[in-house]
Order: sequence, then structure tokens, then C-alpha cells
Amino acid sequence: MRVALFLTCVNDTLYPDTGRAVVKLLTRLGVDVDFPMAQTCCGQAHYNTGYRHEAEPMARHFSDVFGGYEAIVTPSGSCGAMVRELYPRMGERARAEGRGDTLAATLAPVVPKTYELTEFLVDVLGVTDVGAYYPHTVTYHPTCHGLRSLGLGERPTRLLRAVEGLELRELPGADECCGFGGTFALKNSDVSAAMGTDKVRNAESTGAEVLCAADNSCLMHIGGTMTRLSTGMRPVHIAEILASTKEEPLA
Amino acid sequence: MSGTFVGMPAFPKAAHEAVQDLTLRGNLRHATHTIRAKRAAAVAEVSDWALLREAGKQIKDHTLRHLDRYLVQVEESVTAAGGTVHWAADADEANRIVTDLVRATGESEVVKVKSMATQEIGLNEALEAEGIHAYETDLAELIVQLGKDRPSHILVPAIHRNRGEIRDIFAREMGAWGRPAPDGLTDTPAELAEAARLHLREKFLRAKVGVSGANFIVAETGTLVVVESEGNGRMCLTLPETLISVVGIEKIVPTWRDLEVFLQTLPRSSTAERMNPYTSTWTGTTDGDGPRDFHLVLLDNGRTDTLADDVGRQALRCIRCSACLNVCPVYERAGGHAYGSVYPGPIGAILSPQLRGTQSEIDASLPYASSLCGACYDVCPVAIDIPEVLVHLRERIVQGGPVTHEGTKVVLKPAKGHAAERAAMRAARWTFGHPGALRTGQRLASRTRRFHPRTLPGPGRAWSGTRDLPQVPAESFRDWWRRTGGDENGPRPGTADGPAKETK
Repeated sequence: MRVALFLTCVNDTLYPDTGRAVVKLLTRLGVDVDFPMAQTCCGQAHYNTGYRHEAEPMARHFSDVFGGYEAIVTPSGSCGAMVRELYPRMGERARAEGRGDTLAATLAPVVPKTYELTEFLVDVLGVTDVGAYYPHTVTYHPTCHGLRSLGLGERPTRLLRAVEGLELRELPGADECCGFGGTFALKNSDVSAAMGTDKVRNAESTGAEVLCAADNSCLMHIGGTMTRLSTGMRPVHIAEILASTKEEPLA
Repeated sequence: MSGTFVGMPAFPKAAHEAVQDLTLRGNLRHATHTIRAKRAAAVAEVSDWALLREAGKQIKDHTLRHLDRYLVQVEESVTAAGGTVHWAADADEANRIVTDLVRATGESEVVKVKSMATQEIGLNEALEAEGIHAYETDLAELIVQLGKDRPSHILVPAIHRNRGEIRDIFAREMGAWGRPAPDGLTDTPAELAEAARLHLREKFLRAKVGVSGANFIVAETGTLVVVESEGNGRMCLTLPETLISVVGIEKIVPTWRDLEVFLQTLPRSSTAERMNPYTSTWTGTTDGDGPRDFHLVLLDNGRTDTLADDVGRQALRCIRCSACLNVCPVYERAGGHAYGSVYPGPIGAILSPQLRGTQSEIDASLPYASSLCGACYDVCPVAIDIPEVLVHLRERIVQGGPVTHEGTKVVLKPAKGHAAERAAMRAARWTFGHPGALRTGQRLASRTRRFHPRTLPGPGRAWSGTRDLPQVPAESFRDWWRRTGGDENGPRPGTADGPAKETK
């Protein structure tokens, strides 16, 4: 199977370790991973801030870059939801604006074959035990777009429970938003920060060493709040936990 | 705190104050989390909830699609049952109609059933200006009215008040409005409720005119429906000689069979009850039973304009249950007043800028009062995709575009104050259209990483005032891939040097 890694612009620029972890994990599971160098950004920030027309060329570019692959895997619930939920809507809106079916037809091929990482592991590869080893206490925060737009459900926690040495602690108020919300974090920084603080306090109450999620944008906000509040916890992307093995433990 | 929402500051400014108010945060956290959990349990009991939700959505969409026909049917059926129908295009017209109707009775006071429509048009203030006193009879509305306060929640408008505050308001204010609070009133719920009951009973027995809204109008029979918990509504709807109901035109359901769906979903979504304690229905007038005169004021006030927008119109499905407020993390922290409208929370953030337009500072800021977490859409019993409408309204603000204003199609200009953001978005779009430029930017950031500050000046403080910045890595992923071909143990042949493969 020819699988493309859609890493996302945030991970590419700020969190290359997550990308390396996805490559390591998928390669270990026998998947031939490619990273199309022409990839950039799915356009989510533009779309959600009200710049849909600016997001359209980015979506077309995404389709050009990834259209030829059998599957597209991304370690981000919100960017995955952008392609799966909002690309079809962009096509519909273009049609409603009298611009015909061109955009919808251009974007349609990538929509069904874009998978968030944990979906790809559980649904496509059919694995929950990926042979990982991570001897730490972990609490899991299901990010909003993974939880509600993609409906990831139990997939991430099933994967985490199968990790050797990992103790999973339940996060109180897990399904409440962390307060990131893209440009919301800047436009409504007071409310965003209050939500972030509550999320971090809930995470701290579990006594876990690590807060895990499947989206680094949320972890950037939560992690930045954690260090500012001087908690002992650290944020770790689920890909890095699943890539960690006894032979090559996560640094 | 004044009694109206005129001149409200933008949402972030109002929320800034609310977030610091620890009493308010505590009151809201306690109340919303309690009702959130109860609603979830009440909904989980119903095995066909998803079907009821879909049915509710479809009934509302169908009715809105054929609203022209159903409105005429309502007028005919209400008139045939002995009522009088009035049409109000906006708040001023509705207020004028109601004021004239009350004047015609010769009365100078009315008792009111809790009603969002009359709050939306500022009816109490309009009546007061004409020397007519309107007495709120819902317990929470009474607290708001006595406290010269504003409602902060659709269902529980005094949610921002705790028992101690309510006791103080009752002890201080009741005497000026009618029967005073008993001496030595404490803050126990039973004593507070008894004080309100005694105070209100006087009003019920004396009033000759009642004013209400309605949760539904059943078109086939011209029947109005009020769903409530306290019984004050039943008193106001049956004891006075004249009843005036102000109802938004989107409240119609075609048949009693359609009503059945909402009588299941509304109580469970709003108060987490299987069935609400009082459901009053009335059809015109009946000799010797209830009010002798019944007037229905059908209110537009921006609804037809909203209906003209193919994405935004779904907001008109709303049955005012307030489940979206109770699950909203932003509402929980900012409080209802920050939304500058009688419709707070997620539904308010999409309803107010549509009913009132996006011209004012507060209305232009409301579509951004959300992290787009989607919890509101999940709980909505008529499946309003609130995040979709929020993004749609953000687009209207930054890009402008066609809208309908007072029945006429106009093209809005982009709102002011977004120039820097627009420029940044365009620059980002250009960069993302040129992978080479993105790579250059990433390398520049990596090479200068030792000089990056931990906090940012100016507008960047919105992030770094409360959160540390992420550290830029020494090497972006794409540079690592180019160098190693994805294999840590050595570059793949042909990828280490020279131009990397630009896979299409």
C-alpha cells in the first residue's frame, strides 16, 4: 500500500519528532511511507477564521499533492477533520456560489482516503497492539475535532492500553475543550487561557507524568500552559508513545 | 448593571472582566456542570434520541421552507378560534401593538410569563415608558427584574446569582414592587421560594392583562403552547381577562403530531426532565373559561432576513432549550452577559449577529466567541450545526458579501479592524502555495532559534501572557526527510544530495 504522510505545517515546522515517530511506527508495521515534499498546509486556520476563499487554493494544492496515494495518514485530528468534513463543505459552498462542481470534483478523491493516525492503525491496519513500550503513567485528552468531528472514540485509548509498561489514568472532564481553538487562542485569550488552566489542573489531578493527545496544536497550548504553571507534567503526542520500543525507547 | 444591552463592549473585553470574577465562575461552573450531567442522563434514557433529533430538524426545516403558507394558516385558524392576529415587522412595531392593546383595556399593569421574544424586543422597557408596569412572574426573571439586572441564560436567567445574593435582592427590593419579603428571610431555597410565591400571588389575582410568548404554535388548529416548570405561566395564561402573546414567526409546527417530537426533546434538553411539570395549550378563546380576549402578535424582527441565508437559517430551528449554553466551555467562563444579548451562549453567538446584523462591535465579535469545539452541535436537539454557522458568520465579517437586510438584498463590505489579519492570511496562503518558500522560512526560524524570546511583545502577548512559546527545532521535518529519506540509519541512495524528489 502506498501511504503518504500528511504531517501538517505545524508538525513539520515545530514538532518534527512527531513526524519521525509516525514514520518509525508505520515502517515497523510494514507500511511503505512517503512524505511528498510539495505538501504544505490544509488551510484549516484560514477556513475557520473566515477566509474560506483563501483556503480553497490550499485545498486544491493538497489534492494535487496527495491525490495519487492509496491512503493519506495524518497525526492531527483537526487537520484530518478539515479534509474529511470541511473539504466536501467547501465544494458545496462553491457550488452554492454558482461556481459549479469543479472544486467539489477536485477535492472529492482525497476525502475518503484521509485517515487520522489512530484510525489508520485500528481501522485500516487492524492493529491495537503496535508492540510499543513506554513505562510511564499517562492521561489521555481526546481533542475536540478527533472526538466530535472524526468520531475517534475508543481507538486512541485502545492503542494506549496495549502499550507495555504504560499506566493509563482517566482524565476528569476529558471531553471538554482545552481552549486552543486556533485563532481563538489569540482573539479570546482570556477565556482560552482559563480553559487551558482548567484542563491542566484536571490533568495534574490524575498524578500522571504525561498528558497524551493526538494533536500537537492542542498540546502546544496545553504544554505552554503547563510550563507557565510550573507543573511537573509534559505533553507527548500519541505517535511518539506508540513509536517507543524497549530497543529504542522515546528519548 | 443596567437593564438593557445597548452599547455592549466586544465579547473579549466583556469576557476579560467575567473570567476574573471568581464568584461568577464558581456559580456558573456549579450550575452548568450539574445540569450538563443531568441532561446527559435524561437523553441517554431515550433509545431513539438520534431519530427524534433528526425528526425535529426535519419538521423545523420543512416548516421554515413553507413558512409563507403556515403563517397564513396560523392567522386563519387563530382568527377562526376567536383570537386576533397582529403582524409586527420589528421590535418597535411589536411594542407599539402591545402597548396599544394594553392601553385599550384601561389597565396600567400586566403580568408576564417568561418569554424570550418579549425580552428580545425590550417590551418591559417600552411599556414602562408608557406608564404600564410589567411584572415578571417566573422566579428567575423576578430575581433579574428586582435586581435591575440582565438575564444571563435562556432557561435560568439568574444563573449568575447564588442564594445569598438572591436573598439580599428579595429583602431589599420586594417592598417597592408589592408585598415585601418576610422579616428575617434566610437563603434556604424553601424560604426564598415561599417569599416569591407570596409576592407573586398578589399580582396573579389582581392582573387583568397577561403577556406571554409561546414555545410553539400548532398551525392546524391555531393552538399556542407554553412549556414551563413553575405554574406561574398557567396562572398568567388563565386568570387575566386579556391575553397578549408575542411569538416569533419561526415557532410554528404544522400539526399536533409534529408537536409530539418537541414535547419529548425540549424538557430533556433544557431541564433534564422526562416531562415538564406544566404544559399549557390554548386555542383562541372559550366562553366562561380563561381570557375573553386573545391577541397573537407574530414577530419577524430579523427572522425573514435570517431565513434568506442558506447556511445561517438553521439557527431558526432553535427551540430555546439552552443545552448548548450548558455544555459550552466559553459560556461557562465568560458568563451570559458578555454576549450582549438576551440570547447568550453558542446559539446567541449565531442568532444575535443574524437578527441584529453584524454592524455593532459586540455583534461583529460574537462569531469568534467559540473555540469551535462542537459540544453545542452534539447536544442540540434540532441538530443546528453551530460551528458551521459561526465560521460562516466569520466569513461574512472578514470578507463581506451578500446579506438580506429588512427584506432587501445588500452587499456587505468587509468589517474594519481585520486588515492586519487579512494581510497575514494572504501571506500565509502565498507561502503555503510555494513549498520552497515554506522551507526557507522554516530554516530561517531554525537558524535563529537561539535568539527567540520566551515571551512576545505587542499583540503576541495574547499568547505568551499565559503560555510559553514552543521551541523551534534545529531541523524541520522536511529537512530531516530530505537528509535521511525517512531512515535514521542512513540516507537512502539518491536522496541525500541534490534536489529531493518532489513527489506529486
